[in-house]
Amino acid sequence: MIRTYALLAWTWTRAAAQYRLSFTLVTLGAFVVGGLDIAVIWVIFANTDTLAGFALSEVMLLYGASQLAFALADLLFGNVDRISQHIRAGTLDVMLIRPASPFAQVAADRFSPHRIGRAAQAAVVLGVALARLEIPLGRVWMVPVMVASGAVIFTALFTLGGALQFLLTDAPEVANAFTYGGAMLNQYPLSVYDARIVRGLTFVLPLAFVNWQPGLYVLGRPDPLGLPSWTGLLSPAVALALAAVAALAWRAGIRRYRSTGS
Amino acid sequence: MSPGHGAAVSLYPLLAWYGFRRHATYWTAALAGAFTNTVFGVLRAYVLIALWQARPGLGGYDVAAAVTFTFLTQAFIGPMQLFGGGLDLPQRIRSGDVALDLVRPAPLQAWCLSEDLGRAAYLFAVRGLPPALVGALLFGLAAPRAPAAFLASVVLGVVVSFGWRYIVALATCWVMDDRGLATLSMVLTTFFSGLMLPLAIFPGWFGDLARALPWSAMAQVPADVYLGTAEPGGALAFQAGWAAVLIALGALMTGAARRKVVIQGG
Repeated sequence: MIRTYALLAWTWTRAAAQYRLSFTLVTLGAFVVGGLDIAVIWVIFANTDTLAGFALSEVMLLYGASQLAFALADLLFGNVDRISQHIRAGTLDVMLIRPASPFAQVAADRFSPHRIGRAAQAAVVLGVALARLEIPLGRVWMVPVMVASGAVIFTALFTLGGALQFLLTDAPEVANAFTYGGAMLNQYPLSVYDARIVRGLTFVLPLAFVNWQPGLYVLGRPDPLGLPSWTGLLSPAVALALAAVAALAWRAGIRRYRSTGS
Repeated sequence: MSPGHGAAVSLYPLLAWYGFRRHATYWTAALAGAFTNTVFGVLRAYVLIALWQARPGLGGYDVAAAVTFTFLTQAFIGPMQLFGGGLDLPQRIRSGDVALDLVRPAPLQAWCLSEDLGRAAYLFAVRGLPPALVGALLFGLAAPRAPAAFLASVVLGVVVSFGWRYIVALATCWVMDDRGLATLSMVLTTFFSGLMLPLAIFPGWFGDLARALPWSAMAQVPADVYLGTAEPGGALAFQAGWAAVLIALGALMTGAARRKVVIQGG
């Protein structure tokens, strides 16, 4: 499965590299589009010193970690959200009869290496935030763990969204509300949202484990909802659990799929 | 009145109706878009509430006005096509079909504008009302100060949005890859229309510049007319001015494109 995926992704990367100027411009474009979020954060902090109790550097850390996680998931597996196009065009049938994992094929189909631009932008923001915050070594190790767990959580969300499209073939945008909406939600400290929403994001759809709970641990700040400080350390376990749920949903979707046959 | 003249008069309403019907075919996609716009509206509303709790009265809005602003601008995404696109023109330029459009007995720009107004009317209803309704249910929205002026402002906003998108689309005639242009247009429109944050809180000269640019006519100005934070006469004049400039520029480009197009074969 990994070999199939790597081979397909490499093929698409070589295809994109044929048009060097276009590829460079589109990659730069992805960097600039990500930069827009930072422009918004800059305008907000031009008007206030703290947002829901968090300073600019802290918001940049939370932003950088979640957006890097999202950009990596989007780069590697984001194309799973195109599954409804494959269903409508009938190309899913072609993938199903090949002796390779349909998930790897859908994820690698039209692999877009230019999305690395978005990841680079988020990594720059995360780097600047870390340089400004001077976090002690005893906690900073959690930063790469939180990015990796976050990437797994977003990948699981993309997969769940893909599985949902077996039911909602005509309305793939509904899945976007969860994937892109989840990324947008994590740009800001969750303390801006209503406590009921934050509880939902902790115990039902565990987006709080992308950057909020582990971020509170890294920043050494207490949880406004009163959860213990080690909650953030659970991120990898939560990510794996959600990935297992997503894998089951994906299998159920594939099994349920009936080709139109025409 | 000659029959030909009569046909020309009824042509544009008919085109608008076809634009409306064409988009009405994809109603599930429009509803899914409305759902996404609504979810993002709720998220943005909370961020703005946090900002307005830190700075009450910022930019001349109170918290209720800031929340209303959020849902109004989310409702504008569909009709104003704030993420770009909505026109077939780039594909038709690349495939060469545009040659056929240029020999039609109606100006290309007016043709596209009529279709686009039909599209906007449909999306206003299907993608505009749901976010506004959910916003009203969850947070309670302010009532429009001047409903008639607001509707006029929305129509002018669609015309400004069309004027801009038409220019971007027609530029495909000169630029080989239209994706870069589309990205640039999306960045400019989403940031400078007021969709991401009210332009009223952009600091200093940067804010003055942002409020004077054409993109503000697509979301910030109609929202201000709704909230009563802009004087309707001046606001509508601002939008009409930009609409005239962009439509005139588009007409000049259409003329240039007409001279550039070479129809092969025959």
